[in-house]
Formats: sequence, structure tokens, C-alpha cells
Amino acid sequence: MIHNPFKEAASSKTLSAAPTPGDYLKDSIFRAFAYFCALSIILLVAYIVFELGSQALPAIKTHGLGFITGTTWDTNKGEFGVLPEIWGTLYSSLLALLLGGVLGVAIAIFLTQGFVHAKMEVTFRTIIELLAAIPSVVYGLWGIYVLIPLLRPVAQWLHETLGWFPLFGTELSGPGLAPAALVLAIMILPTVAAISADAFRRIPYKVKEAAYGMGATKWEVILKVMLPTASSGILAGLVLGFGRALGETMALAMLIGNMNNISISLFAPANTLASLLASTFPEAGQIEIQALMYASLVLLVITFFVNVAGLAVQQYTMRKFEGKK
Amino acid sequence: MSEMNEQVKALPPRLELPALEKNMLELRALKNYFLTGLVWFLAMLASVPLVSVIYMLIVEGGARLDLEAVTALPPAGFEMGGGFGNAIVGTLTMVGIASAISIPIGVMAALYLSILNPNDKIATISRFLAKVLTGFPSILAGVFVYAVIVVTTGTYSAWAGGVALAVLMLPTVTLAAEEAMKQVPQRMKDAAFGMGCTRTQVIFKVVLPTALPGIMTGVILAVAGAAGESAPLLFTALFSNYYMSELAEPTASLSILIYNFSGMPFENQIELAWTASLVLVMLVLFFNILARIVGRTKFKE
Repeated sequence: MIHNPFKEAASSKTLSAAPTPGDYLKDSIFRAFAYFCALSIILLVAYIVFELGSQALPAIKTHGLGFITGTTWDTNKGEFGVLPEIWGTLYSSLLALLLGGVLGVAIAIFLTQGFVHAKMEVTFRTIIELLAAIPSVVYGLWGIYVLIPLLRPVAQWLHETLGWFPLFGTELSGPGLAPAALVLAIMILPTVAAISADAFRRIPYKVKEAAYGMGATKWEVILKVMLPTASSGILAGLVLGFGRALGETMALAMLIGNMNNISISLFAPANTLASLLASTFPEAGQIEIQALMYASLVLLVITFFVNVAGLAVQQYTMRKFEGKK
Repeated sequence: MSEMNEQVKALPPRLELPALEKNMLELRALKNYFLTGLVWFLAMLASVPLVSVIYMLIVEGGARLDLEAVTALPPAGFEMGGGFGNAIVGTLTMVGIASAISIPIGVMAALYLSILNPNDKIATISRFLAKVLTGFPSILAGVFVYAVIVVTTGTYSAWAGGVALAVLMLPTVTLAAEEAMKQVPQRMKDAAFGMGCTRTQVIFKVVLPTALPGIMTGVILAVAGAAGESAPLLFTALFSNYYMSELAEPTASLSILIYNFSGMPFENQIELAWTASLVLVMLVLFFNILARIVGRTKFKE
């Protein structure tokens, strides 16, 4: 008998057949389910906003906008204001952004502009990624028992010699803005570095070649060509890093001192919206919880706008380079 | 060959090379050295915290890492010894609940975003919101779940903790899975469609198997992140000094234990906080390394 592969295939079970009505039914159920799951993300965000809003409503009614400009948080008097927390949130995040931003961009340059061999680049990138993997609470513990004791003599010396300078106006008695901002800087560094490095990698190689061809030194190329070209990507990294810093909770609750205090001094204790929530929520009564819901709504609004701004810049960068590839 | 070489040599030089000079002491060259040194310094500086954290974890945390620490119950006030066995169980349980909720929903949502209908309005909005949610302060997930679950059920519970973690995992899982599914080459899908497959068949027989390593990487990284989270558990799962007997009661977790113990004035508790940190970091790193190994088998076109 002649070997006939077609006949064999025709008799086997692997023969392709048109989908049965059952298959079509399964298909549409499955697709409806997937649709619902995609929708669920939208519903979740809407529900979060609705829930926080409705829980905060009584507090919004009683305190109004005075909540945002008020400076006391006193449960006994029923007076609630979060200006010190808003100040602390923005100030600590800005300090962290300054430090973490410089380090993050430096690392992005270091990794992408040919300072190290490919193997070392991988090692280094892993180190930065591991920095992001360490839980916030572990950084908090490290901050309390390693960073603060280390900072205290430095802060003492700065305060004694340069005490007239507002930034060093107070002593570092333990927890305070400086250790909190330093830890925060470490925590946002991976975000900034990763997004900036990505922005550098997107620049077409010929841009760099053209600059080298004109006799520029390595750093002239980096500073005058690469940095301006990658600037919008770096900006996106900075804004998203800033967003991370605004919402960071545990390490700050452990390090910032949780004091209702508006001070420009780096060594003064302060408070942030997130750490206010972390430290007072568990023991709060009914009225205070409503005020805390209002505070979380404020935090939600601030981080929402910062994150949307960051994403918009990132989107813009991606589009800009997609056309030029 | 040698004949040709000689011929080449015999040719007159066609162009004269310009005198390329590099003056090592020129200002721009000096600036170059300085900045190179600076960027090396900054890069090394950035790795100091990691080295320090790991050193402290090994020295301080390693000192107490024994069977008692990972099985015993947390010590009270002046008590010596003790451990955090219940916190390990609690963390794993809540991460398990969070995974069970967020992974199916996340992967399904990713299917919709990447394959079923990538460009319709729902997909665009939900992709955008998922990105916004990744930057969502984790404590707000706790506040939200407190209002929705803890207040309604009247008790802090492992359930509430798990759901709070799920809220944080969902966007990460979705975006990572979407990215992985987008990498599946169009022609593989086309071939399957060409054979008369329904969309569901294409997804189960072509897309999911091909994208699996990528999806797994994203999922494992989300799990690692959830295991280290503490803010969302603060007032959803709270803490407990005992092993959990049911899911509807306050539950201990490693991260909250570290937070609680770090502020205590007792040597014993602080030592245990370091040991718990070591265990927590090892858990998180285990997931990270696993994600790397799985990711290495990623599909490449």
C-alpha cells in the first residue's frame, strides 16, 4: 500500500475543523469576561475616589477649605488642619527629588554612555533594581539604627557652625526631615535612573556619532547633545519619582518624627500626609477618621495630578522618538 | 597575495591625514576627566546604602536567625526570646489571597488590552488608569479597604489585608502581562486565525503559552512587591500576637511586626525586628531572583 500522509491526517483527530457553535459561545463568554476585567480597573479607580470622597464628606462640610490652610491637629478641640503635613510632604519629596534626581540621572549616564563594560553594566543595573526591591519598612529600620546615628554628629556640627543659616536652624534630636529625605532619595533613585536610562537609550546612535565626528569630547557630547535630547524623558522620570516620594509611607512614618511643624530647617521633625495617616489612623475615633479621610483625599488629588503629569511627559517623549527611528 | 600587498604599498598615499592632536591639559579635556570621576563617584555612592542595608541585615538579623525566631510567637514587653512564626504565616496568607484575586483579573484585563480590543475607549482608559494606579500611594489602598471592608464587616481581617494588597498588585500584573502578550508576533496569531481558530482558541493555544514566561515574570515581581508592603496592612489586617485560626480575624505580618518592634525600647524586640527584616528581604529577593530566572526563558523572535 502506498503511504499517504494526507489520508492519515484526515483520519486522525488533529484535523482542523470550523469552530462549532459551542466554540463560538465559549468565545463570546470569554471575551465578555475579559471585557469586564478591563472595565474592573476603571470601576476600581472610580470606586476608590467615590468611597474616599463620601467618607470624607462630613469632614469636608465641617472644615471646608480651612482644613488645607489650618495648622493644628487637635482631636480634643475637634480642630483639624493639614497645612504642616502638606508642607512636610512637598518639602521632603522635593529634597529627595533633588538628591535622588542628581544621583539617578548620573547613574543613567553612567550606565548608558559607555563608562562600563556590558557585564558590569548588568551588575550595576541589578544593584539599582535591588535597591527598589528592599521593602520600605526595612529602610525605615535601617534609617533609625544606622542613618540617624550617623547623621547626628554631622548635623550637630552644621548647626553649631552654620546655625544662622535657616536650613541648619535646629538640632537633629533624632528623627527629622534630613534622614527622611535621604531615605526617600534612595527609594526614588531606581525609578529616576530606570526611566532616564530608557530615555538615553532611545536616542538614535547617529546623533552621538555626529557629535563625536565634529570633535566633541565625551562629556561635551553628553552635556550638550545627549542630555538636552533626553531631557523630556528625564523630566518624566523626575516627575514620576516625585509622585512615588509623595505617597511613600512607612519609612517616613518611622523617620520624620510625626510632628505638626512647619520649619525650613533640615533637622527639624515634620510630618507628611501619608505618615499622618499611618500614625494616627489605627487609634482614631469617628470624627478624627472623617478628618483623616479628608486628608487621604488631599493626598490622592496631589499624587494623581503629579502622576498624570509624569505619564503625559513620558507619552510625549515616546511619540517624539518613535517618528525618528 | 604578497604580490598584491606590494602593489598596494607601492601606491602613493592618497590623502594626508590631518595632524590629530589631543592636548591632555586643555581645559575641556580636564573637564572631561573631572566629570568622568564625578559620575563614577556618584554611581559608587548610590550603591553604598544597599551594601550597608545588606551588611546590617546579615550581621544584626543573622545573629538571631534560628528555628525559634521563625516559629515562636512574638514576645511581650520584657520577655526574652520569642520569634515571628505567626507573622510569616500571615504574610504568606495575605499575599496568597491578593494573588488569587489580582492575577486572574489582571491577566484577563491584559488580554483585553493587548489582543481583544487594544484601541477601544475602555482599553485606553483602563490602561491609563492602571498606569496611574501604579503610582498610587499604598497607604490609600489601606484607607480604601478600611472603609469598604473593615467598617462593613466590623473586624480587621486577613481578607481585608489581602484585598488591600490585591488593589496594589492589580495594575502591576495587568501592565506586565499586557507587555508580555504584545511581544507575541502578529504572524503567529495570524496563522492561527487563518486556520479558523476563534479568538479564545488563539488566546489559549498561541498567545498564553508564548507569553507565559513574560507574564510569570511580571506576576512574580508583583508578588515580591506585595510581600514587602506594610502601609496597606496597617489598618486592614492590623496585627496579632497569635497564629491565625481563621481568615476573619486580625492577622500578623512581617512588615507590621518590623514597624511595631522598631519603635520599642527593648533590645530583644529590636533584634527580632532585624531578623524579621532579614527574613522579609530574603523572601522578596527569592521572588525577584525567581522572576529573573523565569524571564530569561522569555520568548525571542
